[in-house]
Amino acid sequence: MAKLILSMDGLVLKEIPLSKERTTIGRKAHNDIQIDNLAVSGEHAVIVTILNDSFMEDLGSTNGTLVNGNPVKKHFLQNNDVIELGKYKLKFIQEAGAQPAAAAADFEKTMVLRPSAMKAAAEQARAAGGTGAQAAQAARQAALQAVGTAAQVAGISEKPAAPAAPAPAAEPAAPAAAPRPAQPLGAIQLLSGGNAGKELELAKPLTTLGKPGVQVAVLTRRPQGYFITHVEGAQRPTVNGQVIGSAPHALKDHDLVEIAGIKMEFFLKS
Amino acid sequence: MNYSQILEVASCTDPGMVRAHNEDSIASDPANGLMVLADGMGGYNAGEVASGMATTVITTEIQQLLTKVQPFEIDEETKQAVAGRMIREQVLKANTSIYQAAQSQPQYAGMGTTLVVCLFYDNRMTVGHLGDSRLYMLREGKFSQVTRDHSLLQEQIDSGIITAEQAKHAQHKNLVTRALGIDPAVEPEIKEYATKPGDVYLLCSDGLCDMVDDEDMGMTLQALGGNLKLAAQQLVQMANDNGGKDNVSVILVRVLREYPAPRGVMGRVFAWLK
Repeated sequence: MAKLILSMDGLVLKEIPLSKERTTIGRKAHNDIQIDNLAVSGEHAVIVTILNDSFMEDLGSTNGTLVNGNPVKKHFLQNNDVIELGKYKLKFIQEAGAQPAAAAADFEKTMVLRPSAMKAAAEQARAAGGTGAQAAQAARQAALQAVGTAAQVAGISEKPAAPAAPAPAAEPAAPAAAPRPAQPLGAIQLLSGGNAGKELELAKPLTTLGKPGVQVAVLTRRPQGYFITHVEGAQRPTVNGQVIGSAPHALKDHDLVEIAGIKMEFFLKS
Repeated sequence: MNYSQILEVASCTDPGMVRAHNEDSIASDPANGLMVLADGMGGYNAGEVASGMATTVITTEIQQLLTKVQPFEIDEETKQAVAGRMIREQVLKANTSIYQAAQSQPQYAGMGTTLVVCLFYDNRMTVGHLGDSRLYMLREGKFSQVTRDHSLLQEQIDSGIITAEQAKHAQHKNLVTRALGIDPAVEPEIKEYATKPGDVYLLCSDGLCDMVDDEDMGMTLQALGGNLKLAAQQLVQMANDNGGKDNVSVILVRVLREYPAPRGVMGRVFAWLK
């Protein structure tokens, strides 16, 4: 669980775990984090925590809120961010460990967003946005943004939408595809045929070789290494003189491959 | 009309590298030109119950209907090919079945499924979909997405809140705005498209498109088009090699030649001779 460390002039005053969805900060007593200082507004800011993500939002305070020295209205908190309200500092600490993995797993699960949740958010946004010609459009946009965060908490339940926190969409997340682990680049060198001596680097995830309609094989680049698979044609490719089966065949450095009558050598570049 | 000589179909489904269960369900009936892919959601094994119900109900009901009516006949009410209505009604039927099961049995509460259905006929196909299961098309070397997801992300892209580039890194790819079995009523998106000989269609669950770039999918279809079975396996393998965080399912369909609807007596005889 993430937490905030409240300090003033380098003196740690308090540690506050972000256990609630909304943690309010302000001068008045009803706030979750009360800071009794005249530079702090009655309702100064709020931290919205959704799963493992926390967002800081300034609630229109008189003196504003700084994050890492910059005035912000809304901010997606990252580990070690420092929130400043007047002379007070709140350091945001995201505890590392198994949590990011758990969160990632949560995000992989498909969940449905119920129209009721959308509507609730829209109404809330409309109420907040007041009337006017643009209100409907604004509400729609706000709903989309709000529901983005709300739904992560509400899932498929009918829980009313959370207040409009910044859309997490704009924030960078882990890339969908895990980066390919570093692996040696493979290449083939043609040993016979018209292009004998030519070298072909196998940088793409798959490279097809052969003559369409006669015999085609594919070389696939995988984390485990390179594989050759027969694609079409009555004849199958050979590796070191052995005809390969229909399953992918792992290629080793300096294997000799023959496809459609052309001999070639597979090798790994360092 | 039997489409098994006209459509070449290959499919592959895999639980992926992380999940223990496969909540995806696929069904293909090349003879009737029908393909269904569903990606279930819900606790324990409820997801696979929902997706299994969706594919079973939709295939069996449409197969039944196809014995009585041809998909290309014009519907009296809508003045359009009957296929659209056929898919819509069977999707609604599946929705009711899943919804009722979810309501009556506590262990299935909240289950649902995304869906993509294709029915081929008369040089055309009707596509119905709900949620983020997708249909892609490879035509004359160009790979493109046919369906548009019913997801929060897609809505945000449409309304200009985020760009397609930002969407690739968004955190809430998994939030769908429409699904089968969640509410008593549902509105599937149903569209008709013309097909061409040589086209390759890819139906897939989000386990594929979240893990593999569109570009790599297109390249695979182009490179391995000569062997659909291998292409399907290769796509699943690529998703797994990239992490395989979700169940991965693909159905590949290649249109081998023209298949106009037999019209008139001679047409019917000709079709029968074929």
